[in-house]
Amino acid sequence: MKLVTAIIKPFKLDDVRRALSELGVTGMTVTEVRGFGRQRGHTEVYRGAEYTVEFVPKTRIEVAVPDPLLDQVIDAVMQTGRTGKVGDGKIFVTELVTVVRIRTGEKDASAI
Amino acid sequence: MTNKLIPLIALCALGIGAQAAWAQAADTPAAAPASATADAAAAPAAPAAPVAAAEAPPAPTEPQLVTTDKISAGDTAWMLTSTALVLMMTIPGLALFYGGMVRKKNILATLMQSFAITCLVTLLWWIVGYSWAFTPGSRWLGGASRLLMHGMTFMKEDGKLTVSHLALTIPETVYAMFQLTFAIITPALIAGAFADRMKFSAMLLFMTLWSLLVYAPIAHWVWEPSGWLAVKGVLDYAGGTVVHINAGIAGLASCLVLGKRLGYGKVPMPPHNLTYTMIGASLLWVGWFGFNAGSAVAADGRAGMAMAATQIATAAAAMAWMFTEWLAKGKPSVLGIASGAVAGLVAITPASGFVGPSASVVIGIAAGVVCFFAATSLKKVLGYDDSLDAFGVHCIGGIVGALLTGVFASKEIAGVDGSVVTQLWGVGTTLIYGFAMSFVILKLIDMTIGLRVSEDQEREGLDIALHGESIE
Repeated sequence: MKLVTAIIKPFKLDDVRRALSELGVTGMTVTEVRGFGRQRGHTEVYRGAEYTVEFVPKTRIEVAVPDPLLDQVIDAVMQTGRTGKVGDGKIFVTELVTVVRIRTGEKDASAI
Repeated sequence: MTNKLIPLIALCALGIGAQAAWAQAADTPAAAPASATADAAAAPAAPAAPVAAAEAPPAPTEPQLVTTDKISAGDTAWMLTSTALVLMMTIPGLALFYGGMVRKKNILATLMQSFAITCLVTLLWWIVGYSWAFTPGSRWLGGASRLLMHGMTFMKEDGKLTVSHLALTIPETVYAMFQLTFAIITPALIAGAFADRMKFSAMLLFMTLWSLLVYAPIAHWVWEPSGWLAVKGVLDYAGGTVVHINAGIAGLASCLVLGKRLGYGKVPMPPHNLTYTMIGASLLWVGWFGFNAGSAVAADGRAGMAMAATQIATAAAAMAWMFTEWLAKGKPSVLGIASGAVAGLVAITPASGFVGPSASVVIGIAAGVVCFFAATSLKKVLGYDDSLDAFGVHCIGGIVGALLTGVFASKEIAGVDGSVVTQLWGVGTTLIYGFAMSFVILKLIDMTIGLRVSEDQEREGLDIALHGESIE
């Protein structure tokens, strides 16, 4: 099992969710986050006062996937979340040790 | 490059239009002198035109009892409406306009200031404010005849009621409430200068003293026919001096006495929700029809002219600010166009009712451009922290409007000619008296109960520190 954490552009969220659902992904956690990468921040001007916004708003998706599905999930996020411009985000994949469904106590593959 | 070309061309076009308007405005006064005298006779005791009233048969000089048939239903209906519109300018208009511009941790405190001032000034107005401002007394201050609104009455059985000598065709109650809404918004405007750092208790005390010792006298000087500036012939249709210069200069005094916000210039302090600000600016604009067209104190041609001038000047100022900002900073901003509209509303306030549509375009453009530089450059050069530009927009915009009223006042519309020198008396007096009194009141409060919140409270945010509430 792997935990796929994808940082994407917020307006791409619906497309990514749809693609993942089609693959059979049955759940995800979505968070509004801020950060910076190569895109860096931008400048805002209010009545002549300039502010540099260092952190850009992004959306973080977390999906737990069984190993066989991993490559397809990564592909789906890449294809639907991509604009080709700097700031499209990143995908992190980490090992997942255990998953437990709180209601039933089911574990691992059957709990995803 | 092309990006800058559009605003540049537009600004030039506005300028050319304004020049044409200038020429036209210069032509019109001589055009129809006959109708001017007719107007003056038909509208006795127009509030800001004591000179015109002098020609009419002995005009009443104090509130008096009349029979109900003297009341105009049309005038009264419009003034009831105007009163509601002007109240709406403060709550929620100004509250949202300011609330959107502060940081999220201070929004409730900012909304609270407008709301609390509304309540506080209403009671002060009932106690003594109305009497001091709008009854004849000396040249310096009104009398005590309307203390606790004593004597202001409506008697159904006898078919009688009182009217103010400043508004003979509407009940005195309506006039007193209409003027109250002006007395409310003026101190509420000051709050923009000291946003984010004044104690709530100190704010209440300051507003109490300011309302009685600064607002009431200046309103009396300018608007009550026996006031010394009114006698001098200072023109202020709806409050360029009494409301805007007055609030703006008090704002400057308060941000000087209080000092800058913690971290000003080092920590980012962008507005947290310009949607609120845009809603607030829009409510101010709509409400301003009550402010300016309502200042005709009648549902008549002059009210219509004031409304037209208000709408046109505001649009011109908003465009002027927007294009100037586009050129200077690269982008036309939401805050910019909203600020420009407010600057235009401020500047046309003293002029509406005295000028025609073309002159209002000139006044609007001047206000938009001048206030833009006041809020962006002047503030930086002088180094004060006028948080939400109460001084830069209201005082500077008020001065632009008051002086240009002297230039453009049309005898055809107003029955009087303007004079820049006379207007300077109004502007200068308000600036000096307003600044000195505000400064002294603030210093006194600072020495007694303290003016400013502690550093911890300021960091935590006034919402939680002062009011025990917060928004998500």
